[in-house]
Amino acid sequence: MIWENKQECMSREDLEQLQLERLQSTVYRVGTHVPFYRKKFNEMKFEYDRISSLDDLRRLPFTTKQDLRDNYPYGLFAVPLREVVRVHSSSGTTGMATVVGYSRNDIKTWSNLVARILCGAGVTHDDVIQIAFGYGLFTGGFGLHYGAERLGASVIPISSGNTKRQIQIMQDFKTTALVCTPSYALKMADVMMDMGINPHGLSLRYGLFGAEPWSESMRREINERLGIRASDNYGLSEVMGPGVAGECRECNGLHINEDHFLVEVLDPETLEPVQPGETGELVITTLTKEAFPVIRYRTRDLTRLIPEPCPCGRTFKRMHRIMGRSDDMLIIKGVNVFPMQIEAILFEIEGTEPHYRLVVERENNEDKLTVMVEVVESIFFDAMKKQRALVDMIKKRMATDLGISVNIQLVEERTLERFDGKGSRVIDKRQL
Amino acid sequence: MLKIRNLESGYGKLKVLKHISMHVDPGEIVTIIGANGAGKTTLLSTISGLLKVLNGDMVFQGRDISGLAPSKIPALGCVMVPEGRQVFATMSVEENLILGGHVLQKEGKKVLSELLDHQYQLFPILKERRNQLAGTLSGGEQQMLAMGRALMSRPSLVMMDEPSTGLAPLIVKEIFEIIERLRDEGNTVLLVEQNAKAALSIADRGYVLETGKVIVQGPAEDLLANSAVQQAYLGREKIEE
Repeated sequence: MIWENKQECMSREDLEQLQLERLQSTVYRVGTHVPFYRKKFNEMKFEYDRISSLDDLRRLPFTTKQDLRDNYPYGLFAVPLREVVRVHSSSGTTGMATVVGYSRNDIKTWSNLVARILCGAGVTHDDVIQIAFGYGLFTGGFGLHYGAERLGASVIPISSGNTKRQIQIMQDFKTTALVCTPSYALKMADVMMDMGINPHGLSLRYGLFGAEPWSESMRREINERLGIRASDNYGLSEVMGPGVAGECRECNGLHINEDHFLVEVLDPETLEPVQPGETGELVITTLTKEAFPVIRYRTRDLTRLIPEPCPCGRTFKRMHRIMGRSDDMLIIKGVNVFPMQIEAILFEIEGTEPHYRLVVERENNEDKLTVMVEVVESIFFDAMKKQRALVDMIKKRMATDLGISVNIQLVEERTLERFDGKGSRVIDKRQL
Repeated sequence: MLKIRNLESGYGKLKVLKHISMHVDPGEIVTIIGANGAGKTTLLSTISGLLKVLNGDMVFQGRDISGLAPSKIPALGCVMVPEGRQVFATMSVEENLILGGHVLQKEGKKVLSELLDHQYQLFPILKERRNQLAGTLSGGEQQMLAMGRALMSRPSLVMMDEPSTGLAPLIVKEIFEIIERLRDEGNTVLLVEQNAKAALSIADRGYVLETGKVIVQGPAEDLLANSAVQQAYLGREKIEE
């Protein structure tokens, strides 16, 4: 099924005309409305009303997560706040968070693009869809919710957590489509087993998974254990949220909504385009966003484009499922965590040394982050009470600032390996 | 159907259109809105070949029309209903219509009379006044005549320049209903209008021109909901709703 045949199957020639028109008006608009871009354009002596072709995109400056942080909270908005009807934010301490806004039209567009993805995955207005992404500042819950409503499905906005209740509701409400992270889907399968529920006896037929990287073998496992068709979708809040790209029933690459997003795949070091079909960093320019347009946003996600046309009939290019990151960001239970954030917290806490190691594991299909941190001798050797208080405090800070719970392991001074310059303080043991 | 990229044109040294890109797909009403002097009429005149293209491309049904003489363009199926109607005042209504069909002359009388019948069906008032001199028609009737005359050439694209100018609100409503009907019958319309609200409410997509540039474009309903468009072109009432 194709939600918007006219758009999703348009000829490449028509698409390029549309993209050029939209790129021209987006660049003109940020040049006139967003001081950050105007300054950049002026510095480069770039005439923002002179975009002539899609290739001109390569002359535009990049936007990074740091730019979003530097302009916290509303600095990059292209409309006055009174036109903004929704604000979302990524996790992080105040200075580290990023904020994105949506106009009324943006919400409409977003809903529609998510509806395309749901439709591509096989979901229809007859489905009962359980959204087990967290609602709140995170874009996943609301993004899928509005898209599913736009599609006309019956939405269960259950949000994340409380797995037994999720399963109970899934059984009682006869959920046919599940939205969550892929690892949570497997966790649900585990808990169903514990509860003595046979997943194959449920009404569940589709799963739309995202917000963290996963693999074909995980897909097979999910499909077999839950008896569903799992499909991948991709998005990021800086660009919009879910709805940027999603798999069709071919399950062979994610169609990018190219009438709304212009993508490039670049070498993360040289920032030059990779050869067609080669892996590089995905860079996205929004073409229709009103409140929060971004120009050449560096996603730091690694992927490659699939040039061959898809048998499903959509003409939008496909991207391979995300293959990794070009920075050190970790995705823990769908939450983005930067080692730098953890370092900043440890740095502020008295009694800890700035030496730490992060260990990420997946136990029972659940991500577990352990922070090993060196503590001063006085604490390590005597005070048990002090130690516990310290652990509690670190845990609490991490939970507030990062939005996830972590395990803390205190270690003796000078026991963690030292690095000269750039060393990896992260040990990711997860196997997808 | 029509694809324009990076178009620049104007009058003598005065560049009016600055780097315009736009397109019209078959079967849709696309509207160009904007204040006086924004370049709306200049755009239509450039497409019709009346003004020289200084820069950029114009492709109509796969054919580059940027250097074509104005007399060649209607024969390709791209006709204009000019602002202020410009009907031939001293000719009858029917003569005006037949004149519109001159590009189809070699297809014979039968085709012409069928087309004539079709226009009379679309605009019954013109049938009533078929023998009257065009100059004696009311403004609204003249507008209908100008539209009927353009449709007589069986165009693939009808361009209309400010059809609501100087007409009473009730007549404007009627004219816009006819434009909608034209689209529903499969015609493609490029509509230039100062009456942004009326134009956007019947159009599929729109482009907002300001001092020769497209500042916003998109689905008409999105433009109606766009605050910048509302403030500049739709008056305040929409915002307070």
